[in-house]
Amino acid sequence: MQNNEYMNIPKEKFELASHGEKIYDKKLETKPIGYFMDAWIRFRKNKSSVAAACIILFLVIFAIVVPLFSPYTVTDRDGYYKTVLPKNELFADLGLGFWDGSSMKTYPKAGYQYYNSIGVESGFDAVIGEPKILTDAEGNESYKFRLDSYNTVGYVFLNLTAEEFIALQQYQDENQIQVIYPMPDTYKTNYTIGNAGANFWYKLKNEKANSTGEPALDKDGKYVPNYITSSNKERGDYTSTMRIEGDNGEGGDWYVYAVKNQTGYKVRVLYREYYIYKNGHEPLFLFGTNAYGQDIFTCLAAGARLSFLLAIFVSVINLTIGAIYGSIEGYYGGATDIIMERISDILASVPFIVVVTLFKLHLAEKVGMLPSLLFAFVLTGWVGMASRVRLQFYRFKGHEYILAARTLGAKDGRLMFKHIFPNSIGTIITGAVLIIPGVIFSESSLSYLGIINLETSALTSVGTMLAQGQGYLQTYPHIILFPAIFISLLEISFNLFGNGLRDAFNPSLRGVEE
Amino acid sequence: MVKYAIKRVLLMIFTLFVIMTMCFVLIKLLPLPAVKEMGKDINIILMRREQMGYGKPIPVQYALFLKSVITQWDWGVGEQMYETLEVWDVLMQKLPYTITVNLYSILIAIPIGLAFGIYAALKKNKWQDHVISTAVMIFISVPSYVYAFLVQYFLCFKAGLFPITIPSAQDASLFSIKMFISMMPAILSLGFGVIAGLTRYTRAELSEVLTGDYMLLARTKGLTKAQATARHAMRNAMVVILPMIIGEFIGIIQGSLLIEQIFAIPGVGSLYISAINLRDYNFFMALTFFYTFIGLFSGICMDISYGFIDPRIRMGGKK
Repeated sequence: MQNNEYMNIPKEKFELASHGEKIYDKKLETKPIGYFMDAWIRFRKNKSSVAAACIILFLVIFAIVVPLFSPYTVTDRDGYYKTVLPKNELFADLGLGFWDGSSMKTYPKAGYQYYNSIGVESGFDAVIGEPKILTDAEGNESYKFRLDSYNTVGYVFLNLTAEEFIALQQYQDENQIQVIYPMPDTYKTNYTIGNAGANFWYKLKNEKANSTGEPALDKDGKYVPNYITSSNKERGDYTSTMRIEGDNGEGGDWYVYAVKNQTGYKVRVLYREYYIYKNGHEPLFLFGTNAYGQDIFTCLAAGARLSFLLAIFVSVINLTIGAIYGSIEGYYGGATDIIMERISDILASVPFIVVVTLFKLHLAEKVGMLPSLLFAFVLTGWVGMASRVRLQFYRFKGHEYILAARTLGAKDGRLMFKHIFPNSIGTIITGAVLIIPGVIFSESSLSYLGIINLETSALTSVGTMLAQGQGYLQTYPHIILFPAIFISLLEISFNLFGNGLRDAFNPSLRGVEE
Repeated sequence: MVKYAIKRVLLMIFTLFVIMTMCFVLIKLLPLPAVKEMGKDINIILMRREQMGYGKPIPVQYALFLKSVITQWDWGVGEQMYETLEVWDVLMQKLPYTITVNLYSILIAIPIGLAFGIYAALKKNKWQDHVISTAVMIFISVPSYVYAFLVQYFLCFKAGLFPITIPSAQDASLFSIKMFISMMPAILSLGFGVIAGLTRYTRAELSEVLTGDYMLLARTKGLTKAQATARHAMRNAMVVILPMIIGEFIGIIQGSLLIEQIFAIPGVGSLYISAINLRDYNFFMALTFFYTFIGLFSGICMDISYGFIDPRIRMGGKK
């Protein structure tokens, strides 16, 4: 049969397609794409925004998780591990000379010998690798070497009570770790630099205070120990079996490990081991410590958490006030609108810094700094949100569907919040998200300027950390580096994320990109 | 046009009045700090306080305050800092520093920002545009104090190109080369943000204008691309860009509190910070007025400038 013989198709070949059945509209088999679904589909296409969202998520997780699991807290302030450099075990082991808690330093010979002696006595080298000897035009030698900021601390003198002293000795014996080291004979010398002279365990060439502090070396070029000795092995009630190498009672003289005083015992401990004994973990600060000996990694997470919480609070409150205010303005229009608009205009014209100052002066002492800052953010922050909502109301309130709803008997409240308000959800969400980086930035600048101070013993904020770091910018830039990186990353991601959201929630851009 | 301007100015005065009233009342509700023992100065300050109605009800004080401000432009004297010096005179002394730093940074930033913006718009969606847009995104987002740290650390400390503090007025005059060089770190730190903002604005406006039909017409008439861009597109893009630049110019008087603080520039910002920390309320009132006025005034200037620049906009016309 050829294709064009339509006329000759026999009748029997025809069949009724649906005989006796009722025909209904078929249900859509595809999923309906709602407003949010559509926004999500278009948001996903914007790669940079998705990446930014991931970074934000990561930062939020960082802020939540780190304070929970970190061995340090904001309240931990170590008096000796101050301004130590960032250290990562992995990088330190690789010996890349980067992120290993050390830095290149140049000292005169005596300085080099001082730091080197710590490693010689304790086995924890403060000087990494071999020094480079530089000679200047006048023939003065200086030593250039990598100095480990952790081991530099070396030894400290401690005053322990009798119980503490016994407990420490017990710990020594159980774990076979030398924590307590012999007392050096510092009484002959006036040397008090380096933890009150605790690191001068060797004999000096010249023991006067104004000497260069150069050690007196023996013929092999080794340090000569300068410990107090006694014929009594357990002088100062030191009963521990742990004794340092070379302390063998030769000639009836034993090294003295503790000196009894009025309150208990004065001992000399290797601070690193003592720190482990006290805190149960090694001193290792991923981002280093600040001038108070706080762990920057933990502080940053805690500060970020505070900033995020504040920002989210402000955002939610502003959103609520702004939505209600804007709805009323936009819906009623006329005189109501003019009066309300003037009020918000005036509020928006007050410089933010003045608002913060007034709230601080009035409320900070009564309700605390954080609530007063919150009030200040809320007082003027909602104005922008209200004007967005108002705009949407003006755009939609004249539409036919509103008239239809009104004809069907819908009250003002229903018209406002059920029928018109949802139109502004997109802009509101975008606005609410963009408030967050604004609040964090304002908080950090205000803290930095010293107008507000959110710092208490257990609380810190990113701005406070920046302010603390400013004074050490030249000597210890790492203190300011990490908060600055954090805040920059946060602002960049939030801006990208906000842009993506804005485009995604703008239905008029649908299909434009392709 | 004139009617619109007058209306806006009157509205501004009203807003200013309301804000100043609020601030005055809030400040007067706070306990007034005692005057520091300064020998004979204390008497002058106490006398001035008496004159300003210290101890009388707040409305009376406010009336006296308004009277002295409006009739004599007298904002009182410094009580906790710059003792017995006229507040407004001190403010005017500090203002040139703030303006100079910001003016330099804007004058440097405008040509660079415009150039980058035009270039990016002309190369839209090519790699040059992507590079510029990404850089702009980063530079706009990073807070200005982070630039300040970077500039201070690398250029001042490491490279030693610039001094860390600026010389005093006796050592170098405000417009000398020495002053310019020592202000350079602050100028740079302020400039990055302005350049990025201007680039973004110019790119957005220009790339929209470039797609207009009249651009096609201009090209068909025989203008080269450069001619068409300069004569037709830039002019139209300027309608939006120029008010932004004007706003920026007025905004510079406000300066940047942060940058002034970081680089120790003795400008208005540092004055404000010390006024808060030392609780000198006379200074606080004067500076509040100053900041509020500048903010409102720049808004008006921007709005009115639209009317001058774009003949299509009729100010205050009937809807």
